[in-house]
Amino acid sequence: MLSQETVITTHNLTKSFGDFTAVNAITFEVKAGEIFGFLGANGAGKTTAMRILCGLLSPTSGEATVAGFDVYKENESIKKHIGYMSQKFSLFEDLTVRENIEFFGGIYGLSRKELKEKGNDLIQRLGMGKEAEKLVGSLPLGWKQKISFSTAILHQPKIVFLDEPTGGVDPITRRQFWDMIYEATDSGITVFVTTHYMDEAEYCNRVSIMVDGSISALDTPNNLKHQFDTDSMEGVFLKLARQAKRGE
Amino acid sequence: MKLFFAFIRKEFWHVLRDTRSLIILLGLPVMMMLLFGFALSNEVKNSNIGILDLSHDESTIQLADRFDQSRYFSVTQKLKRESEIAEAFRKNELRMVVIFPPNFQENISHNKQAQIRFIGDATDPNTSNIMINYATAIIRDYQNEILGEQKLPYRIELESSMLYNPKLSSAFNFVPGVMTLILMLLGAMMTSVSIVKEKEKGTMEILLVSPMRPIMVVITKAIPYLLLCFVDVLLILLLAYTVLDMPMRGNIGLLLAESILFIFTTLSLGLLISNLVDTQQVAMFISLVGLLMPALIFSGFMFPLENMPLPMQVISNIVPTKWFYSIVSTIMVKGLGFEYVWKQTLILVGMTLFYLTIAMKKFKIRLE
Amino acid sequence: MAEVIIQNITKTYEKGTVKALDNVSFTVKSGELFGLIGADGAGKTSLFRILTTLLIPDSGKASVAGFDVIQDFKKIREIVGYMPGKFSLYQDLSIEENLNFFATVFGTTVEENYELIREIYVQIEPFKKRLAGQLSGGMKQKLALCCALIHEPKVLFLDEPTTGVDPVSRKEFWEMLGRLKERGITIMVSTPYMDEAKLCDRIALIQNSKILDIDTLEGILSKNKQNLFAVNSDKMYQLLKDLRAYPNTISCFAFGQKHHLQLNSGENSLKSLLPYLKQKGHTNISIKAISPDIEDTFIKLMQDA
Repeated sequence: MLSQETVITTHNLTKSFGDFTAVNAITFEVKAGEIFGFLGANGAGKTTAMRILCGLLSPTSGEATVAGFDVYKENESIKKHIGYMSQKFSLFEDLTVRENIEFFGGIYGLSRKELKEKGNDLIQRLGMGKEAEKLVGSLPLGWKQKISFSTAILHQPKIVFLDEPTGGVDPITRRQFWDMIYEATDSGITVFVTTHYMDEAEYCNRVSIMVDGSISALDTPNNLKHQFDTDSMEGVFLKLARQAKRGE
Repeated sequence: MKLFFAFIRKEFWHVLRDTRSLIILLGLPVMMMLLFGFALSNEVKNSNIGILDLSHDESTIQLADRFDQSRYFSVTQKLKRESEIAEAFRKNELRMVVIFPPNFQENISHNKQAQIRFIGDATDPNTSNIMINYATAIIRDYQNEILGEQKLPYRIELESSMLYNPKLSSAFNFVPGVMTLILMLLGAMMTSVSIVKEKEKGTMEILLVSPMRPIMVVITKAIPYLLLCFVDVLLILLLAYTVLDMPMRGNIGLLLAESILFIFTTLSLGLLISNLVDTQQVAMFISLVGLLMPALIFSGFMFPLENMPLPMQVISNIVPTKWFYSIVSTIMVKGLGFEYVWKQTLILVGMTLFYLTIAMKKFKIRLE
Repeated sequence: MAEVIIQNITKTYEKGTVKALDNVSFTVKSGELFGLIGADGAGKTSLFRILTTLLIPDSGKASVAGFDVIQDFKKIREIVGYMPGKFSLYQDLSIEENLNFFATVFGTTVEENYELIREIYVQIEPFKKRLAGQLSGGMKQKLALCCALIHEPKVLFLDEPTTGVDPVSRKEFWEMLGRLKERGITIMVSTPYMDEAKLCDRIALIQNSKILDIDTLEGILSKNKQNLFAVNSDKMYQLLKDLRAYPNTISCFAFGQKHHLQLNSGENSLKSLLPYLKQKGHTNISIKAISPDIEDTFIKLMQDA
């Protein structure tokens, strides 16, 4: 399933705020169709790195391309070819499910006909026929997260960025969410995800762990466990994150 | 007491660290004072005036010439009859008309007495007033010149009238207006917003789950704003007397005491609002639409109340700013004492108690 | 002795249309570290707010340290410490200023109770001049805990203190709670992370405004035995689909690098599984009987409910 095509490449990507280096010369590649886990302690620089890759922040130095576009010059093109979902902002609570889908689809330039078709299709797949006309604010968190993810990939982006998508949801919904992620990769979408659930790190094809602004480890979950001589991703994470010197 | 000071200190931290609220708290009164003050007084330069010369003799021609040469005026129209005045005002062609009645020169030399009339377009009362003052000065100069050293009992009588706003009393009416608006804005809006912010940010939740009496949270919050509002009153008065050269009339102690009363009124309104709403946005909206707009419309500062239709005049009675504006202008502009404002004062006291009672009744010691 | 008693508490919002708590009853013993485990929206925050006297229940009774949450709310407010789910300190005040302020609010001083917070405070003390709004998640959480502890409360209510916090900080946080417990403080914590159950003396599982079960972790696990297997092969996503399609499957969910498969108790259900998977083309198949952990159990209880 993994092709050799890369959708994200970074080389010595650095971002400083004043004399504070939030992201320190990170270099990695993400292959098309991959589920790439982006882990790190709070304050390790994950959010900053993710913002650069989404075209929201300009790096201080280094290079990076996302979906073939340069993060310095072509950030508008990047935004068109990625999907983004964060736990904090996802949907408009005072719009209905259908209105949200149509709004976000519209942003990415879907035609009215496409919007209608894809919207109906999506509502059916989510099993939300009855809730389609309800305000999103009245739905449980788990459902919101699923709708939010679906709208983020409605325009078939090359890559979707998920920022702690499953925080606070129940164990069944969390797993249903990962089913959706797998489905998305099946259809050729690359997934770039951050999470604090270490079992979710196991679902990723490859995992990178950031410590103090740098990438300290990057490999498949199995290789990482061998390398750090532990039987769980939590063990790997604890060993690495404990080396952190930065005062968060 | 220690708790009390802890709160006040905290409140000052909030204000001092938030540039935006600092600008509103201190910059706004200064800006409004200077804006109103200078925008209104410096406008008179080469203003278009008309001359209606019904005697057309040597003196009147000389006088008309003096008006034209003054840097304040330029004579752009010679009118034929009085009926043309209103038309010229309406078209905004003229701002003032000088009328020389028939037989001007004759009256001066034989009766030792003559009249000149000024008619000002008082849609902008302050400017108009200033223009009349300048015009008066020109006439006085002329009079002094033709009199020379002699002290003969002959004089030119001046009569000025204002169209559209005949009761205009002073160019400094905006000072009480600015004071009223600023106190309403800061006392009610800033207080309610800052209390509601505690709710919105969740800090109220922690404060409620603490042994301090919940009402303390709100009262201690109001006190720093009482101080800040008072500082603003002083600031406005200082600017009025120093920069804008407002004459010092009335009892300053009485003025300050009335200001403190009104600050209490606005604070209790602020408390009331903060008890009723849960987001800063709504608090701001209610303060602006519900308090500031009526304050502008019904205080008599921008629009004279006596020209409003009766229902509006009735409504204006429930707007606290109307009473405070009346108190301040009575003291500051007219220079009158407490015997002229006790009624308004009593009404404000009543309103304040009313708001406070509802605010206390509506105060929630829980989240809902 | 019971420190927190909750009897038949029901709470609704929006004029009864949204149910937050449905007839909830349990007790927390004095000196216990009690975990309330469930997803966002399950009703945890409503329960905490009732116990901290911030909300009044529609029906039912509750007491904290012997004081009724409605009548004796003032007494309760003197003896509890509360850390709301959302970071609720003054963002424009520094660490030091926040701590001093809250100490004053609770009628004490930082010096007076320094011993209690010392261990947590020393970790953030180097940054004490920094504004709270500029702190990272882990540091904010430590500061909030210091503020909740500053008056030496008898009962500590922590609403989702570890949500959104990385595993390292979470672990440290639980270690701190363990030491506070040793000082005799009763602690009630809510969390959406199931793995934190093992760090509590007893737990209540809550879902959709109802309590699913209350017991020690071991008690809950032993009560809810399942016919459970950990399965993996080379093609994990395909395996998940195939396992779900298997006729004897009750449920199957991904659990890290394995799938947890719950089979019915039929005699052939396990026997015919391996041939079924081979026929579906899976290689390197491993099937191992396992005893369910807390997440398996929570999932089962959710499905039973």
